[in-house]
This record gives sequence, structure tokens and C-alpha cells, in this order.
Amino acid sequence: MLSELRTIWEVLKHTFTKAETVQYPEEMPYLSPRYRGRIVLTRDPDGEERCVACNLCAAVCPVDCIALQKDTREDGTWYPEFFRINFSRCIMCGMCEEACPTYAIQLTPDFEMCEYDRQNMVYEKENLLINGVGKYPDYNFYRVSGMQTATKDKGQAKNEAAPIDPKSLLP
Amino acid sequence: MPTIYIDDQALEVAQGENILEACLNAGMDLPYFCWHPAMGSIGSCRQCALVQYQNEEDTKGRIVMGCMTPVTEGARFSLSADNAGEFREAVVESLMLNHPHDCPVCGEGGECHLQDMTVMVGHRDRRYTGKKNTHRNQYLGPLIHHEMNRCITCYRCERYYRDYAGGKDLAAQASHDHVYFGRHEEGVLQSEFSGNLVEVCPTGVFTDKPFLKHYSRKWDLQSAPSICSGCAVGCNIAPGERYGRLKRVHNRYNHEVNGYFLCDRGRFGSGYINSDARLDYAGIKKPDGSFMAVHQQQAIDTAVGWIKNKKVAGIGSPRASLEANYLLRELVGAANFVPGFSDREAAILSTIVRTLKTTTAANPSIKQMEAADAILILGEDVTNTAPRVALGLRQSVRNKAFELAAQMGLPQWQDAAVRNLAQDQRSPMIIVSAMDTRLDDVASQCISLPADDIAAFGYGVAKALSGEKMDDEAVNQVADILFAANSPLVISGTSMLHEGIINSAVAVAEQLHTSGKSSMLSLCVAESNSLGLALLVDDGQSDRAASIPKLAKRASKLDAVIILENTLERRGASGEIQQLFDADSKVISMDILENTTLGNSDLVLPAASYAESQGTLVSSEGRAQRYFPVYQPSAERLPSWQWLLKLAAGCECSELAELEYFDQVVAACANSQPALAQLVDVAPLRDYRNQGLKIPRQTHRYSGRTAMNAGVSVHEPQQPKDTQSPLAFSMEGLNRDEPASLIPYVWSPGWNSNQSLQKFQAEVDGPLKGGTSGAHLISSDGLGAVQPQVSVTANLKPHQWHLVPVHRVHGSDEMSINTDEVAELAGRPFIAIGEKLAEKLGVVEGDGLLVTQHKAEFSLEVKILSRVAKNCVGFSAGYSETLELQPGDLVTLVKDESWVYPTPTMIATDRGAAHV
Amino acid sequence: MSELMPVLLALTILIGGVAGAAILTWFERRLLGVWQDRYGPNRLGPLGIGQVLADMIKLLFKDDWVPPFADKVVFIFAPTAIVVAMMMGFAVVPFAPGMMIIDVNIGLLFFLGMTSLAVYSVLLGGLASNNKYALLGGLRSAAQMVSYEVFMGLSLMGVVMMSGSFSLVDIVEAQTDVWFCFSQILGLIVFVIAGIAESHRLPFDLPEAEHELTAGFHTEYGGMKFAMFMLGEYLGLMLISCMIVTLFFGGWHGPALIGHWLPPLFWFGFKVFIVICFFVLLRAAIPRPRYDQLMSLGWKVMLPITLINLVITGAVLLWMEGAA
Repeated sequence: MLSELRTIWEVLKHTFTKAETVQYPEEMPYLSPRYRGRIVLTRDPDGEERCVACNLCAAVCPVDCIALQKDTREDGTWYPEFFRINFSRCIMCGMCEEACPTYAIQLTPDFEMCEYDRQNMVYEKENLLINGVGKYPDYNFYRVSGMQTATKDKGQAKNEAAPIDPKSLLP
Repeated sequence: MPTIYIDDQALEVAQGENILEACLNAGMDLPYFCWHPAMGSIGSCRQCALVQYQNEEDTKGRIVMGCMTPVTEGARFSLSADNAGEFREAVVESLMLNHPHDCPVCGEGGECHLQDMTVMVGHRDRRYTGKKNTHRNQYLGPLIHHEMNRCITCYRCERYYRDYAGGKDLAAQASHDHVYFGRHEEGVLQSEFSGNLVEVCPTGVFTDKPFLKHYSRKWDLQSAPSICSGCAVGCNIAPGERYGRLKRVHNRYNHEVNGYFLCDRGRFGSGYINSDARLDYAGIKKPDGSFMAVHQQQAIDTAVGWIKNKKVAGIGSPRASLEANYLLRELVGAANFVPGFSDREAAILSTIVRTLKTTTAANPSIKQMEAADAILILGEDVTNTAPRVALGLRQSVRNKAFELAAQMGLPQWQDAAVRNLAQDQRSPMIIVSAMDTRLDDVASQCISLPADDIAAFGYGVAKALSGEKMDDEAVNQVADILFAANSPLVISGTSMLHEGIINSAVAVAEQLHTSGKSSMLSLCVAESNSLGLALLVDDGQSDRAASIPKLAKRASKLDAVIILENTLERRGASGEIQQLFDADSKVISMDILENTTLGNSDLVLPAASYAESQGTLVSSEGRAQRYFPVYQPSAERLPSWQWLLKLAAGCECSELAELEYFDQVVAACANSQPALAQLVDVAPLRDYRNQGLKIPRQTHRYSGRTAMNAGVSVHEPQQPKDTQSPLAFSMEGLNRDEPASLIPYVWSPGWNSNQSLQKFQAEVDGPLKGGTSGAHLISSDGLGAVQPQVSVTANLKPHQWHLVPVHRVHGSDEMSINTDEVAELAGRPFIAIGEKLAEKLGVVEGDGLLVTQHKAEFSLEVKILSRVAKNCVGFSAGYSETLELQPGDLVTLVKDESWVYPTPTMIATDRGAAHV
Repeated sequence: MSELMPVLLALTILIGGVAGAAILTWFERRLLGVWQDRYGPNRLGPLGIGQVLADMIKLLFKDDWVPPFADKVVFIFAPTAIVVAMMMGFAVVPFAPGMMIIDVNIGLLFFLGMTSLAVYSVLLGGLASNNKYALLGGLRSAAQMVSYEVFMGLSLMGVVMMSGSFSLVDIVEAQTDVWFCFSQILGLIVFVIAGIAESHRLPFDLPEAEHELTAGFHTEYGGMKFAMFMLGEYLGLMLISCMIVTLFFGGWHGPALIGHWLPPLFWFGFKVFIVICFFVLLRAAIPRPRYDQLMSLGWKVMLPITLINLVITGAVLLWMEGAA
């Protein structure tokens, strides 16, 4: 009983405190760079799509709102043939960003994405892809990965030795 | 039954097992890499380490390898001991030293045994700071992608490819940490079973190249239990679909049939299902010969108008399901139904059915064939006509090795030791054929004879077995070898289209049985449902059923003909067939791909492929097995049985019109023939539920459900409902402990790769927990099936040769050839001749030969074989260019001086890029 | 003139009551905003008062829908019952000297009777909806209101004993010197709590309990029928507030020294306003109890308190009589 009375008193004291409300949209709130808003696909420092279509974001998505199909470039590297996020289902949980092994998928501090037509909430790759590196400026997956690409031969990735000649008898 | 203790838990284990098998049988998770249930142990990866203690007092113990340690009474082990765990983790850590950072772009990711084991042992952080070894990859053909950097040197690939499948062109090279698994130079892998490398490799060194082109992760594939339609062996497969496209075919374990392995036709030959030549809509032929697309109902109305209360005949198909054939037969009446074989094949098949119903010899499964200790193959290149059987035969010749090992007290799973002990000693396998076969390398004796002589040879062996002394010493020798065996196996088949050969094989098998052997007789047939169709039309009388030419002759008296999934061009008698199309009767055809028969029809109906429909196929073993739709047919395709039901409903065909569910069709079909009565037991009916739930076709991780269709409309469609089978197009349900014929894919917590199969097996390498799928339709009355010898001697003019069909895994099959990769491997049609003849004709391999048969002339590429019977030349059987050449026909050969050497073409592979 | 007075007053109450309830919805949300450190509706019109109009427009234009599975007649009748009952309750409220619709000598009993009728509205609404949430809500409200009706009536007996009359005017007159809120403090506490329970407002809104029962008895209601329930609830809030002021806080009497500075009607209105604010404060501060807690509070705490109050009041009165 006393605790109820105390609660009433504590609440009553709030008569004299200031409202926390931010008067959006007249007053824009501060959103940190780590805010989980609209999802984008970024590019690596060389300007190529970072996404390698590994499907991990789609697998981890709790509402299954990411669908993509892998395709292969001339040099054998992977990229998504299509990449679709259904934002009318997205809950902005950020698990896709956590799962992404190439920093391709990132959440941004933009949440103003209302539409009058639900169909417009479906973003295809061209809607998602930005011309930038996002939060991770230096990372390029294919420079680290052992896969051979047009610009990088076997043995030229990070921490790799030159290819072995199996026909050599040298130790 | 020894008792062993693992972490103080007492386990009853089978005598002769090793500890790894014992642990896996007990449901414990002991990591492993190099051990494979079909290939035994070599102890090379050091992953299945556990601690063995001397006795109860011993607290220290010593580390042993589970796969190399046999179980002994009272032995004590610890799986959870700290030092064993650390050891296993250290092994994975060192395996990972050179592992490239490429899981996101690896075709194995998500079903990688290495990923599973790494997680299982708890290895996480890389401590080694040195450089990683790298390797150059090889181009291994259009089927297999090579990425050598990912190798963990478990040697499974080499042991499978060379030791198990008998391949010659893949091996371990170099030494220490330079070990390299590949060919001596880049090139197409020669083995017909190379695709199994994909499943054997515990990581992503060998991956499925066609799958990689339109890759999806395992968890995103929608799968269903299915049966391969590539040949009559009836291997169990698990095709996977995503975005309406059949992405890949994986092996589905069947203890008695295919075990862990498929042939390359089965694994890679389903690409035709995604082909542009698929029919999407029904079409009615316009007067100008082109087709007008019409909707389902319109097509049915048109067809009903043509067939209702009219004189209609039907042509069935050995590549359509038993149910579809049955429905067509009921629709048109048994008297008007033609099974759709060529005349020669129909005669042989009726002999085979009669034989199987009466023979005293057993009709073995592949598992049983692997136990044979002497094999006689009469006139069949098994590797190319029933490939998976040949892989089994390669194992059966090892029975000699196992016998020797048993004498030495060696367990069978001690693979390296057993092979070392036996060296080249094998169980006898005698091949009597007209030409090279792909089993020659493991045969103890190869005898080259023309078709008629093969039959005579077989009868000779049978006589010799009965005690008669034959003139031909080779015959007596073979008879002696078979007589010395306990369970001899005789194999023959329809590929030579020679009834005498089959009968002679039957005679040998029967005589062996009379001699007190548990003899086995396996007769290969051509197509996936040849035997089922033969059973359906078998009325117990030996006389010929209606044949296509007979039907064609009375075509003008008919109002309409319905053709079920059959390309008549492939059934011989081209003149009569043209008569059929030229007659005034309407021709209604349903098929999967565009073909000449469809082009000549008045109404074409788009049929669903095996991956989009359900049905029953009867393998050459007499095993009826059900395949289920992997996904819903797109556009206006329908399974043939549904087309036929709709036609029957339109015609108010009283009995058929009541059928609505597939199960009802199966029941009606089973009732129609005593031989088909077992059909209802083939697979559970549609009301089967596993713990109250349907079996899910999708994995529990199936992704993108709310986005995959959002590109078309954001309003999500309902999941398709499957009212016809116990499976669901959904991730809801229970994929565990279901009957074997309903397992759509294998997965178990912590085991994402196909190694999770062991969680579905009742015991390691044993049958599945849900039993064995399929039901045997044919039971023999054991009265004996010997046919008298009919001696034939052909009169050859000078410069005339007998044509012998040469079958190819890639190329001879009608459907799989429409897959780009298979077409590339099939190459061009050819004429196969011996070295001497080549010399005489002045041609070398790759030259052209003019082959003249009657009046027709063909210009074909020359292939030179090492072993060819007298007066025989081979031709590429089943290739569309050589369909008119018939086995046994006489031809003349002349060098084609105007032969144009075709430039090598790369159809399916982007050789420059895809293999790097 | 004096004959017309009740009629005019009745019309005023009818219109004022509805308008007051409407404004109260806005006022309550603003006040909750103040105590929860936010603004509440502030977009439409000055201070967001236009929100009332917007809500009304919205409710008016909603589809007048009756679920096909509901009992149609009862479903439509239920929301009207609460409004009628609450409006009738206002008939006996003395706003100022002579300013009341009717002064009956059983005014208090009339008020109790009318509030009891309100339970039918909720119960019938819940039952007629033919929906499990609504049914549960209806059942809860029946049990809750029947229980608290008992203490509500008994808690007022002290007041009646002290004023010696059931007439509300007499009760107000009896408080000219000292308000009953001092002598009848136990009665006040019980009456306030029972009043909240009777008007099923937070924290005692178990019949609605949107976290457990979706929306309880009015789950299936929408549009104007829903608005009637809301109207009934806010009328109930006002009525209970009026009665608290009348019975315990001296009705139209102002405070002792400054009471005559302003007209009685002002004092009445002012006190009612304070009580309403107090009810909103309760809503802002106290969480909803569990249902069993609500019932045990009623029967194990409230009932003994009222009985003790009756005994003490009676004893004191007898003693004073004896002393006199």
C-alpha cells in the first residue's frame, strides 16, 4: 500500500519535469551511425559491389524478407544476380549486417521510408546499392579471400604464399 | 556382442566394428574426415581421436584413433576427456592453417563437413601468423569444379575415385604439405561416377559445377524424395529446387540400391528440366503446321471432342510413370493400348517378364550383387547401360580381398591393409561382349564375340555346367569358375536387342541353381519404367501385344491416337510411324520437351517432368519406387496422369472419372493386375502424418519466403497445398524417423553436410531407420525359365559388318542429352571399329566413315576400340543422328573423303573463367 | 421559471455531459502526458484540443458493423444502457443550492441503483459479442461490479448515519461546517476505490485488460457503438467524481474562510476537477492488479474496513447522543 502511495507521489512530481518528446519532424532527432534504419548494399574501395551472394543475410533474417540469387562474373567471382529486400516485412533487427562476411549489407540512420503503395516497399538491388563503402572504409573481401579474381592471382591474397608447383621435387 | 565403455557408459556393440562406428551407432558426435562408411578407415586425418584406458584404474590413458581401433570386450574409452578434445581441436586448427578465407563464395558452404567439424571441436581463432599455401586449380570438365586451396588432404577423393570407382585419372601428387589432388594435366574427368566427388569431399575442393552456376545454399533448396529416370536401375535421388528451377540432384541413400553414390547421368542429367525446349502451354496445330497456344481447359475440350465416344488408341511409354500408362490403357481400352516399345524390345521385355516370374535364380539388388563371388556378363556394357550396377560390380570383385582379409583376421574396414594384402587379386568376372566395356579393367577374362555367338557361348556354359564337356575350352573354363563360386551372378540385358543372349543368360543362371548355387540373375532393361510397362501389359500369354507398326497400319480406321511421353522416332519402324501421322486420325501427344512426335501431333499437352509430378517406376530389379514432386509445375504444365484424368472426366469415362487422388489411381492400378498388387505398399499414402505433421520439403532454415515473390507482388501468395502426397511445400513438419521413401533431405543438428545421413541410418552403413524404400513387384514361382536355344547364323557378304550398339552414359539417354553439360560430354555420334579394320580402311580416330545400311548413308566419326569381335562395328546408340541404325543390321563401310573435321565446341563451360 | 429549471438543467447536463466526456478524453491524455514526461495530443488546434473533434469525426464515419456471429439486438442495446444509466445518475446530483434536476429523499439510493444498472451494459455487451475475449471481459466485469457494489453502498452508510438522510441536499447541508472527508476517512477510501472499480477505469480495468483480453467486453465493438462505451466510461468517471465531492467534500461549499468569495457552483466544479485529476493520476501511476488480487482486496480488505467504519461511526454517534 505504501509503495502505491509512493508511486503516486513520484508520478505527481513529474508534473514539474520537462517532456522528453522530440518534436519530429520540426525537430530532427540525433541518430547515431550505428542506428538500425534503412538497409543498403555498399561497394568496396575499388567501387565493386561488395555483396558476394553468400546468402547468409537471407538465412539469418528472422522474417525471411531477403531473397537473392548468386551469379558469377567473368573472372569467377560471385555477385548477386538479384537482391531483394521486402521492407514491408523488415523489422530492422540488423542481424543481416551482423551475418555479412563482407560488410556489404549495412543499416543506415534513415528510417523515413513510408510509401502509399506497399509494392514500393520492395527494394531491388538497384535501390539498395549505394556508391560508397558505408561504415567500413577499407575492407575488400576478395583481397583477403583465397579465390582467384581478374585482378588477383593465386597466392596474392592477404597472407598467402605463391602457388605450389606439385611437379617440383623441392621440399 | 562385446561391451565397451565410453565415458563410463556401457555400450553393446557389434563384433568387428571400430570405435568410430560404435560411437556413431550410439548417437555420439565423434568428428571424422577420412573415414567413409562405404570406403572404410585409413586413419589419415587423425580427427576421430579419443582416449583409451587400460582398465578402470587407469586415469591417464592414451590417445587412439576411433576409426582404426576395433572394439574389444571391456575396452574403456573417453570421448570427452580433455586431452582428446584438445587433440581434435588441434587437428582442425592445423587443417585450417592453409584453408582460404572463402566460405562465402564456396559451393560447399552450409553443407560443409569441415565447417561442421570445426564447430564441433570448438576451434575458432587462427593463431598461426605464417603464410597460407596456395594451389592452382584444374579444369576438370563441365561437371566438376576444382578449388584445390580448400583441401584438407583427407584422401577421400583419391580413395573414392581410384579405389572405389576404378577411375585412373585423378590422384594424389607431390608430397608433404604440397600434396595435390587432381589430374596429371587439365581435362575432363573420365569416370562415369566423377560426380560423387562432390559428396565424398568433406569440403569444397570438388563442387557441382552446373549447380554452382545457379547456386543456392542447401538450406534454401526445396527437396523431395525422387527416383532417377536416367536408366532402369532406379537410384534414389533428392533433387533440390529454388525459384522454380531444378538446381541440383543429390544422392538419396537407399541401402539396397544406390547406397551413397550415383552415376553422372543421374546427378547431372536433369538439366533438361530447366531447358528452353520445355513446353509451357498446350498447343493446337494450325493448318500451316504451326501451333497455337491454348489454355488447359480449351485443350481438354478439344481433345474430348476428338475422343469422346470415338475409336481411340493409345501409345504408352517406358519413360512415363506406371500410373500414367495405366490411366491411358484404361481410357482407350486394353485392346487399343500399345505399350510404346519397339517391336524387338517388346519381344525381349515380354521374355524378361516371363523369366523373372518363373526363374529359380534370385533377381538381386545392387547390395546383393556386391556379395557375388563370381560374375558372368553376357553382352552388356553395364557401365553405360546400368551405370550404378557397374559400380556395385567393381565392389563385388573385391570379395576375394575380403576373403583373404578374413583369413588373416583383418576387419573389412581396414581399407589400406585389405587392399595391400590383396594387391591385384580379384574375384572372377568374365565379360563376354562384342566390344570394349568399361569394366574390362577389373575383369578376369574378356571374350569378344558377335551377338549370336555370345548367345551360343552362354548356352555352352550352361551345358558345360550340367557336366557336358564342350569343344570350346574357354566355355569349359568359364563353367569351372562359376561352378567354384558360392553365389555366382549372371548379368545380361536388352542393350544388344538380342533375345538369344537373354535366354542363354537365363540358362546359365538356372543351371547354376540346379548345381546347388545360390545363383543370381540380373537383366538390365533400357528405360526407367520399361519393366513396369512390360508388367502392366503382360497378360500371361507369350504372344506379342499390339505393336506400334500394327497400330499405324490401322490408323486410318481410328478417330484419334493419344501418345504418352513417347518419341516414336526412337522406336524404329519409321515408315509406319510416318503413316500414323499422315493418317486422318487426330494425334494427341503429351510430353516434357519438344520432339519430333510432338511436332507431328495435332494437339500437344505440356507434361510435368519427374521433378514436378509423382508416379511409380519399376526398376530392372522389379522394385517399384515412388517419386514425389519437388515443386509445383509452372505455367500450364500438368503431370500426365492428371491430363489423362481430365480427359477421362471429359469423356465421362465412368470408372476413371471418379478418381481424384493419386492414391486412388495407384489403388486402381494395383487392382488391375495381380503382378502390380504390391503397388499400394510402395510408399505411404497421402494421409500419412509424421507425429501429426506432413513431411516438409523445405529446411527449417528456408530463407526469403516473404521476399522471393515480392518482386512480382508484395502480397504474399499462400504456400501451394499438396493434397496428393504426405509431403508439404513448406518448412513446417517433421523430417525425422519417417519411412525411407519419404525422406526429402538429410539434416541433423550440428550435421549440416550430407554426413548427417548417419543420423537417419539405423546403424552405420545399414538400412535407414524407416526401412528400405520401394516394394518388390515380381515374385518368382521358381519353376524355372529355360528357353531352348535357337541357333542363328548370319550370312555376311564381303565388306559387310554387323552393327553393334555402343551405349554411352552421356549421350544414349533421350532426356539427359538435352542438358548442356551432358550434350558437351556426349560429343558427336560415332562409329566404333577395331584397330585392324581401321588400318584396313585407312582411317584414324577422328576421321569420318561413310556407313551404308540398305539405302541410307551416314557419315560418322571414327572411334577406335581395343577389343572388337569379328565382323562387328559399333555405333553410338541412342544418339538422335543414328536412330535409324539398328543392332544386328549389316552395313558397309567406306572412308569419308569429304569428312569435315568439326572444331571442338564448348557448349556448357566457360572454360576460361569458371575453373579459376 | 422554477418549473422550467429542471428541464433546462437536464438539457444542459445532457449536452454538457457528452461534451465534457469528449473533452475529458483529450484532457486525460494531455494530463497523462504531463506525468509521463511527454506531450500527448498536441497537433490539432490549440493545445491539441482539436483532437477531440478529429476523434469524433473518425468514430462517426466508421463502418457501423455488427459481427455476423453476435446477438444483434443485445449487441446494439448494450452500449446505450451504460450511457442512459450514467446520465440518469446525474439527475440527483446537487451542483449548487437549488441547482439540481430533482431532489428526492432517496437520492443516494437512486444513484446506487443507476450505477448498478451500468453493469448490465458491460455484461450484455460481452455476452452478445459471442467472442471468448468479450465473454471473459463480461464475466470479469459482472463479478467485479457486483462485489464492489456491496462495499460502495456500505461505505456510504456512515455518511447517511451522520447526516441522517438519504437526500443528497441534506448530506451537503450537513457538511456546512465540517466535511465528511475527515470524519468518514475510511468510508472515503473505500468509496474511491470502489468507484474506480465501478467505472472500471485503470488500474481496475480488468474487463478490458487489453494486454490479456485484447479489449475485453468491447473487443467486437467499433464506430459509434464503441464511442458509446467510452462515453459511458467518462460519464461514469464524472458521476463518481461528483458523488465523491457531494458526499465527502462538502458539495458546493467552499473552504471555511474563502468559501464565500466565489459562487457555490464554482467550488463544486473545482472540486470535481481535482477529483478527476486524481483519478487520472491513479491511472498514470498504478499498474493493473491481477484478477484474484482485485477480488481478495475487495472481500478481505474493503469489506472489513467498511464494517469497522460502520461500527465506529455508530458507536461515536450513540456516544455523542448519550453525551448530548
